[in-house]
Amino acid sequence: MTAAPTGPAAPASPAAPAAPPAPNAEPVLELRGAAVRVGGRTLWSGVDLTVGAGEFTAVLGPNGVGKSTLVKTLLGAVPATAGELHLPPRDRIGYLPQRRSFDAGVRIRGTDIVRLGLDGHRWGVPVPGLHRARRRTERARVREVVEQVGATAYAHRPIGQCSGGEQQRLLLAQALVTRPRLLLLDEPLDSLDLPNQSAMAALLGRICRDEGVSVVMVAHDVNPILHHLDRVVYLAEGRAVSGPPAEVITSTTLSRLYGAPVEVLTTAAGRLVVVGVPEDRGSRGPCC
Amino acid sequence: MLLADPAAPAFSWNLLADFQQMWSYPFMVNAFRAGTVVAVVAGVVGWFTVLRRQTFAGHTLSVVAFPGAALATLLGLSVPLGYLGACLAGALVIAALRERGCSGGAEESAATGTVQASALACGFLFVTLYKGLLGGPQALLFGTFLGITTDQVVLLAVAGGLVLAVLALVGRPLLFASLDPDVAAARGVPVRLLGTAFLLLLGAATAEAGQITGSLLVFALLVVPAATARQLTARPAPGLALAVLLGLAACWLGLLTAYYQPYPLGFCVTTFAFTGYLLAHLARALRGRSGRTPRPTGGPA
Repeated sequence: MTAAPTGPAAPASPAAPAAPPAPNAEPVLELRGAAVRVGGRTLWSGVDLTVGAGEFTAVLGPNGVGKSTLVKTLLGAVPATAGELHLPPRDRIGYLPQRRSFDAGVRIRGTDIVRLGLDGHRWGVPVPGLHRARRRTERARVREVVEQVGATAYAHRPIGQCSGGEQQRLLLAQALVTRPRLLLLDEPLDSLDLPNQSAMAALLGRICRDEGVSVVMVAHDVNPILHHLDRVVYLAEGRAVSGPPAEVITSTTLSRLYGAPVEVLTTAAGRLVVVGVPEDRGSRGPCC
Repeated sequence: MLLADPAAPAFSWNLLADFQQMWSYPFMVNAFRAGTVVAVVAGVVGWFTVLRRQTFAGHTLSVVAFPGAALATLLGLSVPLGYLGACLAGALVIAALRERGCSGGAEESAATGTVQASALACGFLFVTLYKGLLGGPQALLFGTFLGITTDQVVLLAVAGGLVLAVLALVGRPLLFASLDPDVAAARGVPVRLLGTAFLLLLGAATAEAGQITGSLLVFALLVVPAATARQLTARPAPGLALAVLLGLAACWLGLLTAYYQPYPLGFCVTTFAFTGYLLAHLARALRGRSGRTPRPTGGPA
């Protein structure tokens, strides 16, 4: 949690300056005491999270704890049953769902996929000669964002013939093409090999820093993105803690969260490993 | 169908004279008009069908057209109306039976299969009940161009125009929803509703194509030109245009051949379409091997 003292949608909060705040002073995303019920069962509750502009946040936790549901709540697809949510408008949120890869038979170019992120929701067909300026701007924007994610070399190939890492970059370009303020990613590193994982993590870190886009990313393993993270939300036992990774991914914090002794170990290579997680005993920890 | 005329027309290679001679018969003019409408509509709808992997739904709807036409004949109604009504009803049944919004899923194909079985059974019943001369169930199954009336052409054109207009309106969100349902839904595209709408469009297009190729050979105009186009280009707009052109070519060549030769229309159209598909496959295989685009010469007949 940042110390941002802004009340929920309260412009007259005493701590808030009278002048319009600088873009990065106002949080892009704010949850207070959020809870979600799915099928009559409370999945998680009491989730507090504040994400500022250009911050990189990871959602961590064991399988089935509701990480993807948290992303869907932020998208507005799953309603929160309690708490307060302050989100950017839906057209300013980019979304990359859990994948989802195109198989080899999909004969649509990568640029077409990216372009759909820009105009795919629009009804009607483009009439030749009409809106020429807008279409030119949109084409330029598609080129720009494809270059930004480093996909220019293969964006004109059918997407089914691109590798998993290439497809993931094009899909990221699709999510970024509308210049969102908030980017929601659900396990984007899943099914990528290690070099691609770190390249994708570095790319996301750069997008946060350079473009000022706030990223909230569900991750199965925190290690590839650890160095780029500003903040983590750790979900377990229907509760959550959030804060900087160095404060959250510790033996004391996670033990308190799980209500059982949990240990966070650091390997010689600097990787974090969580051991002794209840219900997950014997298998690998959720964080590695 | 066989032209049992003793003075059977002979193909002269003078295309102008041939077409003049052919079009001196009103039924041939109507056949070409109907074929053109059908090829355009089926090409466009078929492109989306192949993209959405709903060819099985297309096949089932074409089978549903058979009992529709048989029932219309039994009740003395217009056959195209029977095709159309049955296909639209079949589309709604499939849309209602599929459990989740995703197209081409396992539940959808199971639900689609059950609809297909019961439709065929009903068609058989109606053909059995109709004891009179039913132009042969053969014509319903394999197509005919004889006896397409001007009224039927008008009905085809109106229904086809409607299908194209709706598709023009929903085409882009439909493309988005077909490729990327989760992201499209997140952007506010009504994915489920579009799925149902597309099944209805598919039903209408199937009913139209069934008039020319018959119930069983609907794929010749619905799926084969679209599949061929997708072999040749990965761009949406040229792909759609190519599917339409290929469908038109197959349809016109088929009509021409069926007029001069004693071969059934459905066979002619299907064979031309299939040959095009094989050539496209060959071209792509050659291009893939050499990395260039050599002209394929002497494809399989």
